[in-house]
Amino acid sequence: MADVKKIATRDSYGNALKELGAQHDNLVVLDADLAGATKTGIFLKAYPDRHFDCGIAEANMICVAAGMSTTGLVPFASSFAMFAAGRAYEQVRNSIGYPHLNVKIGATHGGISVGEDGASHQCCEDFGLMRTIPGMIVMSPADDVEAKAMVKAAYEHVGPVYMRFGRAAVPVIHDEDYQFQIGKGEVVKDGSDVAIIANGLMVYEAIVAAEELQKDGINAMVINMATIKPLDEELVLEAAKKCGKVITCEEHSIIGGLGEAVCGVLSEKLPTPVKRIGVNDEFGHSGPAAALLKQFGLSAEHIVEVAKEFCGK
Amino acid sequence: MTPSEKKQLQIMACKIRMGIIDATHGAKAGHPGGSLSAAEMFTYLYFKEMNIDPANPKWEDRDRFVLSKGHTAPGLYSALAHRGFFPVEDLPTLRHIDSYLQGHPNMNSVPGVDMSTGSLGQGISCAAGMALGLKHQGKDARVYTLLGDGEIQEGQVWEAMMLASHYKLDNFVVIIDNNGLQIDGAIEKVMSPYPIGDKLAAFGFYVEHIDGHSFDQIESALNNAKAMKGQPSAIIMKTTKGKNVSFMENNAGWHGKAPNDAEHEQAIGELKAILNELEGK
Repeated sequence: MADVKKIATRDSYGNALKELGAQHDNLVVLDADLAGATKTGIFLKAYPDRHFDCGIAEANMICVAAGMSTTGLVPFASSFAMFAAGRAYEQVRNSIGYPHLNVKIGATHGGISVGEDGASHQCCEDFGLMRTIPGMIVMSPADDVEAKAMVKAAYEHVGPVYMRFGRAAVPVIHDEDYQFQIGKGEVVKDGSDVAIIANGLMVYEAIVAAEELQKDGINAMVINMATIKPLDEELVLEAAKKCGKVITCEEHSIIGGLGEAVCGVLSEKLPTPVKRIGVNDEFGHSGPAAALLKQFGLSAEHIVEVAKEFCGK
Repeated sequence: MTPSEKKQLQIMACKIRMGIIDATHGAKAGHPGGSLSAAEMFTYLYFKEMNIDPANPKWEDRDRFVLSKGHTAPGLYSALAHRGFFPVEDLPTLRHIDSYLQGHPNMNSVPGVDMSTGSLGQGISCAAGMALGLKHQGKDARVYTLLGDGEIQEGQVWEAMMLASHYKLDNFVVIIDNNGLQIDGAIEKVMSPYPIGDKLAAFGFYVEHIDGHSFDQIESALNNAKAMKGQPSAIIMKTTKGKNVSFMENNAGWHGKAPNDAEHEQAIGELKAILNELEGK
């Protein structure tokens, strides 16, 4: 997979908004002085009258989006994950979640791969924060194709949605005809020795790891769990039953995210040994994205290591 | 407004106050003080100003009201009930475990509530979003929001003010209930927001100061707001917290406390006397 095409899912977000904007007049986009970085600038260029910059005031932006949604518009409120899910958590909870309004939150720059900006901007807590809100859909795409399909699905879904996109370019692993469905995981590769359940940029790392593990005689299943909530419990249980061991991989704290969601299901319905790969309850720091991912164990190499030990090889 | 119209509004304000007392008494909790201070404004908005239809609470072209100071839900509920959105008899079920009348406004359970509020500072932003959304779609509907004078200590309020002015939301009216008291005491002692009017003017608002218990002044300010083009309006209304219930007036202790049976009886008695006088009985 040396020559795979790479696209950052924040670019996918901007492009998908522009495409959807052409079909739906009621789609509006809000941003908080980050249109260039979140890529809603792509939408702004095409539909300037439907793009509302709220300035550096994310809490207000989230509530403005809530108010707009009650007038029949479908707002996509955009900022960095740190501010959309972090700073504005209570606004999302009380003004979007509690009234169950039709607002979509497009959060870019999620995770440690934000890179050079450092810990203040590397949000590894957003899945956890958003998962706790009743009725909230929480998703993180693996690549460009899935990200675009996800934005479309979010528009079509009536109710609050949180989507996390990345800053760094990641390999495109899906064909253009890939069918995405909210709440459904995707078996990327079948296997029987260990199930690797990943999302976001960790899906590609899991695929590479599975290829490597095959060489050592470990037949790993790889699941892309793009929707963290509602979790595809059926698929988690099926994978656990078949493999008997589960590894979760996410660019998020091991607290509160996909790993805990999977553990929650398994511990109640089918106790299965689980290893969680993620950010280990620590803050990140500045550095190039690729080097940081490696340093924090968010890499195919680390998945291989964990899987081998897990499988006793 | 004719003298007889004004009298009808005064009678309704008194009935809304009685509803507030009945609701908080029934709830054994809640916020009577700031509900009573805004009774004339609730009355004028729901019985004169706003283009609404109780038979069709979600009518898309309706004017909207957002109670940003959501804890004064008893005032809003009493106004909605008397306007015909739901039975007045339900008011004492406020905050009960099986009641749709939630402690703070819930747009999905209470007919006529346009936004779920309660966390201070958020309602005004939601209301600004409504005004922006309606304006964007070329609709004539107007949006009103009521804030407490303590509430404006929340920084988000000023983010919303900035946005309303930036997007020239002339369909948007911010009303501030300046009753001067918040939970911990006088607002200027806790954290002074003064001078409120100067701050709002600096944020680009057309500002009026009124006596919030005068229907003439409420009408004039709202009419002036309607005539204002290209900028949002703010009405700062001086009011008495706990208005028309002698032992609640100007007493911060009645911000969030319910009357017991004896207090309920006394309060209703005082309000009945006012009502009888208005009705010439």
